[in-house]
Amino acid sequence: MAEPCSVLTRPLIEGGKNLAQVTGDVCAPMERRPGALWWVAFLTAFGMLAAGVAAVTYQIATGIGVWGLNNTVGWAFDITNFVFWIGIGHAGTLISAILFLLRQRWRTSVNRAAEAMTLFAVICAGIFPVIHMGRPWLAYWIFPYPNFRGPLWINFRSPLAWDAFAISTYFIISATFWYVGLIPDLATVRDRARPGLRRKIFEFFSLGWDGSCRTWHRYEKVYLLLAGLATPLVVSVHTIVSWDFATSVIPGWHATIFPPYFVAGAIFSGMAMVLTLMIVARKAAHLEDYITVRHIETMAKLVIATSGMVALAYGTEFFTAQYSGNLYERFVFLNRAAGPFAWAYWIMVGCNVGVPQLLWFRRVRTHLAAVFVISLLVNVGMWFERFVIIVTSLHRDFLPANWTSYRPTSIEIATLVGSFGLFFTCFLVFCRVLPMIAMGEVKSVLSYGHKPKEEA
Amino acid sequence: MNRRVLVGIFTCEEDILGATRAARARGLRVVDVFAPYAVHGMDRAMGLRPSRLSLVCLLAGATGAVLKLWFEIWTAAVDWPVNVGGKPWNSLPAFVPITFEVMVLFAGLATVAAFLLKAGLRPGRKPRLVDPRITDDRFALVLEQADASFDVDSVRGLLSRFNATEVEERVEEGRR
Repeated sequence: MAEPCSVLTRPLIEGGKNLAQVTGDVCAPMERRPGALWWVAFLTAFGMLAAGVAAVTYQIATGIGVWGLNNTVGWAFDITNFVFWIGIGHAGTLISAILFLLRQRWRTSVNRAAEAMTLFAVICAGIFPVIHMGRPWLAYWIFPYPNFRGPLWINFRSPLAWDAFAISTYFIISATFWYVGLIPDLATVRDRARPGLRRKIFEFFSLGWDGSCRTWHRYEKVYLLLAGLATPLVVSVHTIVSWDFATSVIPGWHATIFPPYFVAGAIFSGMAMVLTLMIVARKAAHLEDYITVRHIETMAKLVIATSGMVALAYGTEFFTAQYSGNLYERFVFLNRAAGPFAWAYWIMVGCNVGVPQLLWFRRVRTHLAAVFVISLLVNVGMWFERFVIIVTSLHRDFLPANWTSYRPTSIEIATLVGSFGLFFTCFLVFCRVLPMIAMGEVKSVLSYGHKPKEEA
Repeated sequence: MNRRVLVGIFTCEEDILGATRAARARGLRVVDVFAPYAVHGMDRAMGLRPSRLSLVCLLAGATGAVLKLWFEIWTAAVDWPVNVGGKPWNSLPAFVPITFEVMVLFAGLATVAAFLLKAGLRPGRKPRLVDPRITDDRFALVLEQADASFDVDSVRGLLSRFNATEVEERVEEGRR
């Protein structure tokens, strides 16, 4: 199709694809045998997962005394990982819901994979508080259910109870949103598949979708409503996570800036993770025409924008602490920047505020290797942000006699490695068994940027 | 009940939109239009009523919020009040976050459930595809031959004006 292109709107999808080519290109990675690269990645991820399973089994069997926690530092690695993973998930919902409401049509190429990333990240996140309970087999006690202890109900005033509801709702709604988005594409795969088990499976999950425009009409409504629900939901989830800290009276945690600070940070880190995954996936699955340099560049702009918000939050937090005149507040922040964990603080500032500034340059934004490295560094920085917030606020508390340090044990590190293993194992399997790009949505933006044909 | 229909297959969005509009302008009955993606403006071309799923969403959300708020107040202030840090039994502001989450949960799940019910989508349902390429790259317009005034030849002419690649008469067995 050599149609003339408009000067005002560049096409979102390159290569002048037609509808059948979209189906073919997106389904191709699912229909060929996985290559050596995929196997290497999968086995590595699976190995990491296995290490994590071993570590988790050991710490549950022995008790969480195997962690490096002590009386002063009661929260550290585990909660850091929890907040980190929840944050990663937020970019998926940003792309699928918020950018949908803002009519950012480029999102169609990345939303499926980003939503999958959200689900896997929330699964990873959910594991940590459950382990942290110490007796994970009683984890269901966090939910109110009729019981023979009175019934004794949970304390609905506790942010930890809010957290359990927020994370579960977030997972259920994200999964529903993702599945609803998948139905038309599952039908496409079904109609391509040869008769057999694979076709039967897709037939089951595509719910008998037949492409009727009456159904499409309702489908669009459902999609809009779910996007409208997911948008405040995603903001509420990280807000509630930040309340786990902000409702306490610990200097360094007790701050009203925490909810917006955490939400911006979550989207920042999530966007970086989407970039990390997409830069590799587009190459590996030969989807360069769909996830174009323009997509990468746009997401890089979101990274620099959220980096600015995070930087503002760091500055505000620091200034407010000094301005408050509160001895303990002042000390916590000076201790962060110059105390024993100053190295972690400056990794955080360097990776989250310093490095992303390179993205102001168009040449950096469109240089994939550079964006990839920056996105990795942002993730390192955002992990350290949570570590700094949690550990430095605790390790030197009100009484100098209680001051201590914290050092993670190998078990804690293995658990973190295991969560990465789980995440990448799930993502790699997803890339093989489901269409990585929302075909039904990409097809609707194919004509974007091309001159419409004269109407008859 | 069997009915005779005329099926036109198209390859591009503008054609199916134009053909649907023209067919309706002629007073023909559009049974349905099938497309591989949500065609912008098709709801108006087909004259579909706005969906009432928003109402379902609103009602379910309101139900969820009210039920949850009642449950929180009942458990914390009535059934077994427990003194937590001297806070009032009915700590309304602290009940807001969970109320919000449950509202979203109810609204989201009810909307999707209503959609699936209304659209007749369910696991194991055999898809009735007008053409196997509908989910790939073809569009189909299905017109009902309602009465004797339906002039097949002139309708064929109309559809081919919009570049229909195939036009076919079919007898459709009772739907659903």
